[in-house]
Amino acid sequence: MLLPALVFAFVSLVTLGAAIAVVTNKNILHSAYYLILTFVGVAAVYVMLQAPFIAVVQVLVYVGAIAILIIFAIMLTRRLMSKEMEQHNAQWVPSVVGALALFVVLAWIVYTAGWPVQEGTPPLDPISQLGQDLLTTYLVPFEIASVLLLAALVGAILIGHEKGMRREE
Amino acid sequence: MTIPLNWFLVLAAGLFCIGLFGVLSRRNAIGILMGIELMLNAVNINLVAFWRYLDPANLTGQVFAIFVFAVAAAEVAVGLALVIAIYRNRDTVVVEEIDLLKQ
Amino acid sequence: MIQEFFFNITWLIPVFPFLAFVIILIFTQDNPKLSHSLSIGAIALSWLIGWGVVFSAIATPHLGEHPISKTVGWFETGAMTFNIGYWIDPLMAVALFMVPFVCLMIFIYSVGYMGYGTEEQDPNYSRFFAYIALFATGMLGLVISENLLTLFMSWEIMGLCSYLLIGFWFQKNYPDPNQITPRQAGLKAFLVTKVGDLFLMLGIIYLYSQAGSLSYADTLFNQEFLVRLAETPALPIFGGWSAASAIAALFFGGAVGKSAQFPLHVWLPDAMEGPTPVSALIHAATMVSAGVFLVARIFPLLNVVVELEHHNPTMGLIAFIGAFTAIFSSIIAVAQDDIKGVLAFSTVSQLGYMIAALGIGAYVAATFHLITHAFFKALLFMGSGSVIIGCHHEQDMMEMGGLRKKMPKTFWTFLAGGLALSGFPLITAGFWSKDEILAHAWEEFMHYGTASWPFFVWLLLTIAAFLTAFYTARQISLTFLGKPRGHHAEHAHETPNTMTIPLILLAFFAVTLGWLGIPEEISGYGNNFWHHFVGHEFPSTPLSLPVMLLSSGLALGGLGLGWLVYGRKPLVQGQMDPLEKSMKSIRLGWLYKAMENRFYFDELYRATFINGAVKLADVFYNFDYHWVVDPIVNLVARIARGISDFFSKFDEKIIDGLVNLTGLSGVKLSDLGGITDLKVVDGIVNGIADLTAWIGDNVLRPIQTGKLQNYLLILLISMLAIIGIYLVY
Repeated sequence: MLLPALVFAFVSLVTLGAAIAVVTNKNILHSAYYLILTFVGVAAVYVMLQAPFIAVVQVLVYVGAIAILIIFAIMLTRRLMSKEMEQHNAQWVPSVVGALALFVVLAWIVYTAGWPVQEGTPPLDPISQLGQDLLTTYLVPFEIASVLLLAALVGAILIGHEKGMRREE
Repeated sequence: MTIPLNWFLVLAAGLFCIGLFGVLSRRNAIGILMGIELMLNAVNINLVAFWRYLDPANLTGQVFAIFVFAVAAAEVAVGLALVIAIYRNRDTVVVEEIDLLKQ
Repeated sequence: MIQEFFFNITWLIPVFPFLAFVIILIFTQDNPKLSHSLSIGAIALSWLIGWGVVFSAIATPHLGEHPISKTVGWFETGAMTFNIGYWIDPLMAVALFMVPFVCLMIFIYSVGYMGYGTEEQDPNYSRFFAYIALFATGMLGLVISENLLTLFMSWEIMGLCSYLLIGFWFQKNYPDPNQITPRQAGLKAFLVTKVGDLFLMLGIIYLYSQAGSLSYADTLFNQEFLVRLAETPALPIFGGWSAASAIAALFFGGAVGKSAQFPLHVWLPDAMEGPTPVSALIHAATMVSAGVFLVARIFPLLNVVVELEHHNPTMGLIAFIGAFTAIFSSIIAVAQDDIKGVLAFSTVSQLGYMIAALGIGAYVAATFHLITHAFFKALLFMGSGSVIIGCHHEQDMMEMGGLRKKMPKTFWTFLAGGLALSGFPLITAGFWSKDEILAHAWEEFMHYGTASWPFFVWLLLTIAAFLTAFYTARQISLTFLGKPRGHHAEHAHETPNTMTIPLILLAFFAVTLGWLGIPEEISGYGNNFWHHFVGHEFPSTPLSLPVMLLSSGLALGGLGLGWLVYGRKPLVQGQMDPLEKSMKSIRLGWLYKAMENRFYFDELYRATFINGAVKLADVFYNFDYHWVVDPIVNLVARIARGISDFFSKFDEKIIDGLVNLTGLSGVKLSDLGGITDLKVVDGIVNGIADLTAWIGDNVLRPIQTGKLQNYLLILLISMLAIIGIYLVY
């Protein structure tokens, strides 16, 4: 027991710490780096939860795609941000309070609700099982998800498309 | 001893709240998007934790988590495209300055 | 048979002129040619049908005993049904011979007289033809009438027409206020004949009350009824007369008015104010004859009394009035200077002849003279009209003269008419008819002796015959012989054919018609047509040679004397009438003046009846306006006004005071309400509005920051709150 607990404590500490760094850092790029760290931490959590495939997908998608995308965006909008001082807006205090309040509420819910915990073992070959599930039982959501991705793709291109106008520097 | 479910859930809750704080208080639009990603991650942790502790034989939890990944990716793509478009139009990424909804 | 045909269409005879009247009045007043064509066409049709009926009647044997009548029911009064229809008997037939023909002649003559086609064309040309058409309707209706009601209606139509036609030139006024204007003359004619009509109406009513019917078949030709009437005593007002006599006297009253007998003769001379065709039509040929016709119609009523009692007081009355009128008006005629005036009085006189003849029972003679007189009197009037037109409306004979050369056709026809009027022996109609009357009178008075009506009649009529011839010669001499005395006569010209041709046609009849009544002994036919047809139930008058010689002598003597005085040495301009001069020289100038002024009858009537009526009207007027009625009415009005004033004050002061008070308090209350509304209610309303605005401005608006993160924060907080509430409860 002790070893899992220690590992868990270490991972959660890293994850949460990186998260806090994401939301508090003045430098947006640094926030992006800490975000990547957070994602990695979450992947470790998945491993601890005996879901290795999800962990890999996490790293691939989040770190490999999303974080990179964010860094691209930061680069593209960098010109103004470098001079930026204040990163938090006027309502950060009530936000802290609110967030803490929510945490308290959630924690309380977590500890007072009786979760129907079952002992069980995950399947030995989760990937093929996953593949089968996706394409049989959960085919419709799968297709819808692919449509969603297509829409997002098209939308992003359209929105981000420069309308042939060049900004004079 | 295995780690109790509650620890994971609390971790997810904490991550969620931190992400919420980021959404509510960051001035940079991209900062807000990062906060949103944190929240989505927290949700994923919850999903997987519940899968592992409540019904590990059934892979439904994981499937759900995969869908969340897909959605998160799509959403980040569109969101960042929007931010860039706004940046081009208004020359800012500070959301406080994008207040056309003001009365 | 053809007679059946004519007897069936007899009812059309008055219809055509009536239609002409209506159509002209409504549609063709602007078209003179169409108007006179309609009028003449209508009367021509009536003439054709009329003569068809006449000759059919002549060809019907025993028409006198069995008159033909056809009627249709007209209206009911509960007690009886009044019919409208026609009655064909000899009297009607001879009248029907004369009336439409003479009317036709006069209508044609009127075309020229009223100046058709010339610049002197009368502006009311069409109206004239409409009126004479209506008049023809009346006269024809009278002639064919089957009962006393339609007779009376036709009588009244003619009265109306005489008023309309005498007053035809109603706009004409004279500078001398004593000279009667056409308008006044029309009124005078109407009113005077109305007096007679009153008697006629009384007679009709009396007869109806005795008979229960007014048709001829039931009354005048119903022998039992007549006998009953003769035996019934009349109403006490009539003294000891029988009902028959009384009724006859009343009817005679109507005749006195219509035929201008004394004392109701005064309208006829003034009726000369109308156009000359009117004088010819109404006052010679037809309307005045209606009176004689009426007396002839009721002759059975007179006769029955004579048969029963050998003496009828009414007949005496009739004879007296007729004879007196005959001589009285012929005396006046001698002194008249107006060419139409002579003829007017002549008419009155000749009517007197006829009335007198009826009064002595000479039915045949009277009707004979009626018809012949119509022809030659119409001829004379039309001739005088021709003279008047030829002399540009000059009517004073003293200004005429020498027209024989200038207007030959008029002269010769006028001469023929004048000779007929005088009774020129043998060849004129007037001789035969007048002679018959005198013969009858002679015979009667031979029978009864000198102290009887027949003698009186005979004497007066004889003198009148002489005078008639005298004034006729005077008239002809003054008008046609010698040299023109006046300016107009100098430039006289003959009148157009439309006027002279009717004169010629009438002259023909004036000469030949008399031959129908030649006594049997002379003609050798063995049959006096007139007597046979019209009155063969009466004994025929035997020929009396002395009377015939006397008649001839009177005529020739009168004509000769007249010619001697006026014609042998025709008068020159400015010369006084020789008769006047001679009368003045024997201190009878006043008498001549009286004759000229018609024996002052108009003045007498004015002084008595008219002034009396005016004074009576004044009395009534004063009674109404000043003395009694209006003062009472005004007094009542004043009292009523006083009462209403009192109530008005009461109303004003008290009631109005209350009302005003109520009003004022209402106003004050509403003011209060108004203030409440303004201050309180509006304050609340405005306050709420202000509050809302303040909330909006200061509370809600700041929330709309437009910043996304603010919205999200609020979302979070609200969500926490909800969860909190949920968890706690």
